[in-house]
Amino acid sequence: MGEVAQGKLLKKGAEASLYLADWHGRKVVIKARLPKKYRPAELDAKIRSYRTAHEPQLMHEAKKAGVPTPMIFLVDMKYASITMEFVEGKQVKQVLGSASEKEKQELCVRIGELIGKMHQHGVIHGDLTTSNMILSAEGKIFLVDFGLGEKNTELEARGVDLHLMKRALQSTHYQFAEACFEHVIRGYCAVVGAEDAKNVLEKIKEIERRGRYVAERKQA
Amino acid sequence: MKRSAETLCLGVESTADDFGVGIATFNGKILANASSGYIPEEGGIHPREAARHHAEMADKVLSEAFAEAGVKPRDLGLIAFSQGPGLGPCLRTGATVARALAAYLDVPLVGVNHSIAHIEIGKLETGAVDPVTLYVSGGNTIVAAYDSGRYRVFGETLDIALGNCLDVFAREAGLKHKKGMPLGAALEQLAADGKRLISLPYVVKGMDISLSGLLTAATTLLQKGECRLADLCYSLQEHAFSMVTEVTERALAHTEKNEVLLTGGVAANRRLQSMLNSIAEEHDAKFNVVPREFATDNGAMIAWTGVLAYTHGLVTPVEKSFVKLRWRLEKVDVPWVK
Repeated sequence: MGEVAQGKLLKKGAEASLYLADWHGRKVVIKARLPKKYRPAELDAKIRSYRTAHEPQLMHEAKKAGVPTPMIFLVDMKYASITMEFVEGKQVKQVLGSASEKEKQELCVRIGELIGKMHQHGVIHGDLTTSNMILSAEGKIFLVDFGLGEKNTELEARGVDLHLMKRALQSTHYQFAEACFEHVIRGYCAVVGAEDAKNVLEKIKEIERRGRYVAERKQA
Repeated sequence: MKRSAETLCLGVESTADDFGVGIATFNGKILANASSGYIPEEGGIHPREAARHHAEMADKVLSEAFAEAGVKPRDLGLIAFSQGPGLGPCLRTGATVARALAAYLDVPLVGVNHSIAHIEIGKLETGAVDPVTLYVSGGNTIVAAYDSGRYRVFGETLDIALGNCLDVFAREAGLKHKKGMPLGAALEQLAADGKRLISLPYVVKGMDISLSGLLTAATTLLQKGECRLADLCYSLQEHAFSMVTEVTERALAHTEKNEVLLTGGVAANRRLQSMLNSIAEEHDAKFNVVPREFATDNGAMIAWTGVLAYTHGLVTPVEKSFVKLRWRLEKVDVPWVK
């Protein structure tokens, strides 16, 4: 794997492997999208290069919108790898479960605000889960993993993005998913305004009704 | 009735185009798995026509199941039925058969969630204990795994199901659904001859996927008539299967479980099996696939899940045995899973 193998494997995810490495005296993470044997080589190459090229652009755009994202140092298309700043902290997924009611509320509202800022700026994250959010040592929330994201201002894309957030909360934090999502929406609403948030919420309902076997369909 | 390991449960399956009757013992032996499939003259499943088929075939399929198991109705200790999700008229027909049997034999009745039954029969037949399950059929595309009392949905389709996507395309391509040769199998055969990968939409959103755009794009190319049909079938399969495999791998990495289970009608597809096997190997997990006879909708899975539910204190009184068309699997407590 050439340069990639230099670091220590931090996490073997589904889409990419994360390596902790030293880059000119800085602690960095190298995110390498390794080839997937299960899909045809052409399709695999297309997906990996597309996501590797888009992710840094979206991270940069998100940063412009005021959403903390790791700094990018190097994009290597040959290995489909991205070298970025290592953010000291914990995944929100790990923090949320043990947080007090008040902390949970505060975290979720802030997450909602960040999503709101990002959406206002036309950035769709594409994979909003609590494992893709890092609560840094100094208390900032960093968003990572923009590989499935896109530049899009449409209500549909924003609705799907938030719907995915809701779904991720339901599968991972089912004990308090509903309350958390309400706080996320409160934060979102505070940034984009009540009118716009109402439209997005309507859209989320519509997206849910499109799904398979959803009770809400009955009333449609 | 005193129950023992040899007590028998009869399960009735009728969520969609298949009417199935299975008989299972309380210790997990499948004694019978009879069924009759409704094959539409043209187009997809017409719910009323399918329900009519079920009503007409019910006594024949029941008799077949009793003969196969070598038992009599009086030997039964429990009746289970598929209570949802599915097509209303079809579900109601199966529920009516089940209620009648339970009342006549004076044995308990238990309603079973169809999606959970697909997972449970997979576990029973393969020995998987706590897998990440990919359940793919004509009506469902779900990635689920157990956590704290229920199966949780990690990923699913945002629109149409995988089997539905393949079936609609196959019909558009003029393939015919024949007895013993479902449309998906015909498509798989053609795809094996595909040589060129045609670029089609690949839509993964978080842990969810969307297949409707892929179907539209493939159908449009088909109608233009510029591509070889085998290449299109191949490309459709490769794109759709890669998408479900990607989200299954994500659930596997997320949950860190060490088993993968492929279940549901589309599980019979060898190409999909090989893709899932590949990600299982990648994550040092064991790959399991439900045997072909239990892949499509069947009564055995309902009988077995009925046993699991009943032996953990669940029964469905007749007045609560109404069918649930949109009964999602994460709404169901599964006290038998540890």
